Amino acid sequence: MTFGGITLSPEDLRAVVRTVGAVVLTTVGVILSVAYLTYAERKVIGYMQARLGPNRVGRWGLLQPFADVFKLLSKEPVIPDAASRAVFVGAPLLVLTPALAAWAVIPFAPHTAIAPINAGLLYLLALTSLGVYGVILAGWASNSRYALLGAMRSAAQIVSYEIAMGFALVGVLMAAGTLDLGHLVARQAPNILHWYVIPLLPLFFVYFISAVAETNRAPFDVVEGESEIVAGFHVEYSGVMFAMFFLAEYANMILVSTLAATLFLGGWASPFAGLPWGLLAAPGFFWLALKVMILLFCFLWFRATFPRFRYDQIMRLGWKVFVPLTIVWISLEGVALWYRVGPWFAR
Amino acid sequence: MTAAHLLVEGVFGFFATVLVISALGVVVARNPVHAALFLILSFFNAAVLWVLLGAEFLGIVLVLVYVGAVMVLLLFVVMMLDIDLVVIRRGFVRHAPLAAVVALLLAFEIGYVFWARHLGLVSLAPPLRPGTLPNTRALGLRLYRDDLYPFEIAGFLLLVGVVAAIVLTLTHREGVRRQDPSAQVRVEPARRIRLVDPFPKGTPGKGGEGG
Repeated sequence: MTFGGITLSPEDLRAVVRTVGAVVLTTVGVILSVAYLTYAERKVIGYMQARLGPNRVGRWGLLQPFADVFKLLSKEPVIPDAASRAVFVGAPLLVLTPALAAWAVIPFAPHTAIAPINAGLLYLLALTSLGVYGVILAGWASNSRYALLGAMRSAAQIVSYEIAMGFALVGVLMAAGTLDLGHLVARQAPNILHWYVIPLLPLFFVYFISAVAETNRAPFDVVEGESEIVAGFHVEYSGVMFAMFFLAEYANMILVSTLAATLFLGGWASPFAGLPWGLLAAPGFFWLALKVMILLFCFLWFRATFPRFRYDQIMRLGWKVFVPLTIVWISLEGVALWYRVGPWFAR
Repeated sequence: MTAAHLLVEGVFGFFATVLVISALGVVVARNPVHAALFLILSFFNAAVLWVLLGAEFLGIVLVLVYVGAVMVLLLFVVMMLDIDLVVIRRGFVRHAPLAAVVALLLAFEIGYVFWARHLGLVSLAPPLRPGTLPNTRALGLRLYRDDLYPFEIAGFLLLVGVVAAIVLTLTHREGVRRQDPSAQVRVEPARRIRLVDPFPKGTPGKGGEGG
């Protein structure tokens, strides 16, 4: 095809269609997962607290998420008079966009990623560090004391835990010797002993706990601590804009769980890989989904179990425990790399 | 011209335009928070231009370090400031001549670079594209193998700077009450609670149950 001197080959056209299709499919998948994650959260925490959870809308309450969404969409989005309008409206978008854009580099199955770029891990680090802007700006633009306090807490917490999280990722990077997520998973694929969670167990815990802190989930939810600052940074938001914050929080939870599964737990690789068990040993999206669900269950479990951390305890854990721990482990890993220990560090 | 070429040109044009506009916004914006936001936007657009030049690693690191960390802290500080715009405006006329000199000097320098290149005095080599080697690996080999010592010395100087900054702000004050979390964790009930018998044997009082 030719448009005014520009040739567009059928391959180009097909690539564009395929990419757009994959993007739409992934986005819809993430949004649907978010819907049912909220349902799972209410059910799981309900049962943990000896309640039933939602059970009125649809069978077993399965349509509850949609009822919630339609309720939020039909509410009036209130913009406070003293708010900085453009920033106030833009902030939810700034939270949501990185949470969705990060999915571009995730390998869902062998050789299946929207954009298999060779700096995938860095791309993820860069994108996940952008989410904090939406939170800070929402707090500032609302022109409300509670919101500003929540934003301050959030900024300090996210910046602190990003360091430990980054160091944990450096550990994975050293073991894999590549920033390409597809290669990174492929190196773990031969069998369960190759998973990086085994040599990097402390880093896995640091990563996962930092991930809980980064997503502002309990027990690190001082950002929206309702007993002190009502709802924190999104106290002035309602309707669609509140729904976007909500969507972003849950999309981020799924994202960090997927990352933990991809980086430490072998991603799409089967835990039975290498054994002669046919379909059970085959790699595939199913295994990634299963691992992500287990990690997400932990998120819900934490929320039902732990009381909220005090602010100084959060800072202490981040700076005085996690950062030194990761530095020590990275040094040890350097030694292991030098001596080519185990199946992980042999090149 | 193929579609891919046109796409690259279009993307470059778009992001370069937004970069220039947002850089203007940093200077023009009345609200300091808005100015900081424009600065973030211009960093982001500059990163895209770097990626287009084939420097993916540097582009992403620019976003990661400047947008993801430095600007967060800057925004944090700017948000906390109580800036009275009227007071800032007051000095405008007085500082205008100096600002004009600086602006002219900058314009001259930028113009000189372009002009000199036209005269053939400086020939700018096109950005190096290290063949099939991934960007990150190429940069890593350069920093950690070819130029290891300068790199390590630079790193050491930065470390000295960090330590100096901490030493400068570190103050020891007497009589400050601090929590000792490990002491809090180590605590045992036996050391916290002393059970006393309010009615020792032999004293008159309500004994037994139901008191």
